[in-house]
Amino acid sequence: MAQQLNQLRETASQTAGPYVHIGCVPNFSGISGVYDEDLGIAMVNEKTAGERIVIEGRVFDGTGTPLKDSLIEIWQADSQGLYNSPSEMRGTADPNFTGWGRQAMDMDTGVFRFETVKPGRVPFLDGRLQAPHVSLWIVARGINLGLNTRMYFADEEAANAEDPVLVRIEHQVRVPTLMATRKGDTYHFDIYLQGESETIFFDI
Amino acid sequence: MGNAKPETGAFFPRNRSLHPKAFTPDYKTSVVRSPQKALLSLNDTISEITGPVFGHEILGEKDNDLILNFARPGESALGERIVVHGRVLDERGRGVSGALLEFWQANAGGRYRHAKEGYIAPLDPNFGGCGRTITDDDGYYSLRTVKPGPYPWPNGVNDWRPSHIHFSVFGHGFAQRLITQMYFEGDPLIPLCPIARTITDQAALDQLIAPLDMANTIPMDARAFKFDIVLRGRRSTLFENRMEGN
Repeated sequence: MAQQLNQLRETASQTAGPYVHIGCVPNFSGISGVYDEDLGIAMVNEKTAGERIVIEGRVFDGTGTPLKDSLIEIWQADSQGLYNSPSEMRGTADPNFTGWGRQAMDMDTGVFRFETVKPGRVPFLDGRLQAPHVSLWIVARGINLGLNTRMYFADEEAANAEDPVLVRIEHQVRVPTLMATRKGDTYHFDIYLQGESETIFFDI
Repeated sequence: MGNAKPETGAFFPRNRSLHPKAFTPDYKTSVVRSPQKALLSLNDTISEITGPVFGHEILGEKDNDLILNFARPGESALGERIVVHGRVLDERGRGVSGALLEFWQANAGGRYRHAKEGYIAPLDPNFGGCGRTITDDDGYYSLRTVKPGPYPWPNGVNDWRPSHIHFSVFGHGFAQRLITQMYFEGDPLIPLCPIARTITDQAALDQLIAPLDMANTIPMDARAFKFDIVLRGRRSTLFENRMEGN
């Protein structure tokens, strides 16, 4: 018999459920006085470097109905392409930019909205540059394990055309599901959980 | 974070067989919310390896005490007083320091403080139902609360959730992000619950059940339950090819 690997098993996921707001955005859900403010609500302040943008969209289920009880987290590099994380070894990110945001969608309209900056480019495993992108994590009632996807910027055509992740997608017809379209300072990004235009989700 | 050197390795591939599948028709809401196409495999880049980390300075004194953090001065939440404690570990068995844990739950009668909640059990004016803490250098955490009650929910005509506490866990990388639920040892509703049963690997479900921990029970005050949480581990980067200039 060989030695044991002695590796533990990851704790299994369970759905965030309909009341995820209580734990993650209690002020949003009407529970005030416990935390000063909900974590992740503000990503930028007046000193944050880079181009200010808004990311806005909805998440649709397989019937085309927008989810109204979901929670989305985003994680992105700063305007210079650095992550505000202890594991970032290439430099020091903008201290006025958290890189991480968390928003519940509006309980009536299903719209989510992040005020952030446009991220710079970060390297792929082999050193090639990736196109600017935002990582997303979506949880909700009925979602058993949080869904990972990425948002790219449709107006970054040259960078997208050489992005190491995008170019290796077999079904290029699905690539537009990862593209946010610009109108003014707002990038619009809808997510489809099922159907013909199902968003590409990643196993990361 | 202590004095440990930040880790920069890629995460072990996720063992998806121990997680629930996306499409679990006995849990009805999953039917139209489950992606149907294959996930696209992505080897971790710096976007997945890094993640937000939070400092202990964000915490208020009562953040991990649900008995008091919403209660009126001099009062406390109703119900069975319990302590939940344990460690956040990674798959290599190492304690994860500086991990933010957020938790939420129903009150002792099984009622959530939420606009969309309509169960007839009453709200407790002294119980909000949310809390948070950050692990210490060894990955250890604890919280104090009241044991949440079971409650009926609209799925089947007579489905009941077992008593449970929701946990949201941040490690050090975005790919470690996890939300799960903790159940209580001996609860007969666990094997009946369509949400618990989305996990088909029995050992993985057992890992969500916190045992009574009499050694850490506070005499004449609160029982203790132990709940360890395992996040994805990282590869060693010793022999990995490094990018030029990195």
